[in-house]
Amino acid sequence: MMENDTILARLPYADPFLFVDELIEIDENGAKGAFIFRETLDFYKGHFPENPVTPGVILTECMAQIGLVCLGIFLLNEHFNTKSSIALTSTEIEFLKPVFPGERVVVQSTKKYFRFGKLKCEVEMRNENDEIVCNGVIAGILSEYK
Amino acid sequence: MNKAETIETLKSIVKPYVKNAEAFENLSEDTDFLRDLQINSANLVDVALDVEEAFDITIDNASMEKMLNVKAALEIIAAKLAEK
Repeated sequence: MMENDTILARLPYADPFLFVDELIEIDENGAKGAFIFRETLDFYKGHFPENPVTPGVILTECMAQIGLVCLGIFLLNEHFNTKSSIALTSTEIEFLKPVFPGERVVVQSTKKYFRFGKLKCEVEMRNENDEIVCNGVIAGILSEYK
Repeated sequence: MNKAETIETLKSIVKPYVKNAEAFENLSEDTDFLRDLQINSANLVDVALDVEEAFDITIDNASMEKMLNVKAALEIIAAKLAEK
């Protein structure tokens, strides 16, 4: 069984595009992780000046990194290496509440299927009040099946 | 289920993923899922899973790689049904 820290270390992202701080739980059926949207993140300067709020695409990316990519690395396990990649193929997300600078969010994904190299998950992001911020379905192709 | 019925079932399965409506209207055995219907290749997996459910069959990796057009899909469905 792969350790959570091992999965984090294998994530291909780096600052300023890493949106996973912590992997809380992971098994073959889903992943749960957390991220704090620090006030210093660069995009807040422009989205929006005087009124910073986390862009929906960044929330989607955060859900994809925790819910899809961490789970994909876990599922591929020893087949995942530096040449592997996980390409996003579709997202269908609804946004219910804003996420402001400084908020910590928790993402939970639930695997719908992993077949023929395609991983599709239901994803959900909650804020510190345990309110659903956004949810939907995200899918990607894991490259070893290309 | 005869071939015409199988094609109708297949049409209803691919419809949500089709990007070229005209090619879909003129769908025949020669129709290619990617080139003609312009289905996103990642969505071929969803098509295959829907085919599995509709026909109560299991599609293996080798069949999945071949399932790129209507003709191949019909052959795979027929072969898998025959195995049952």
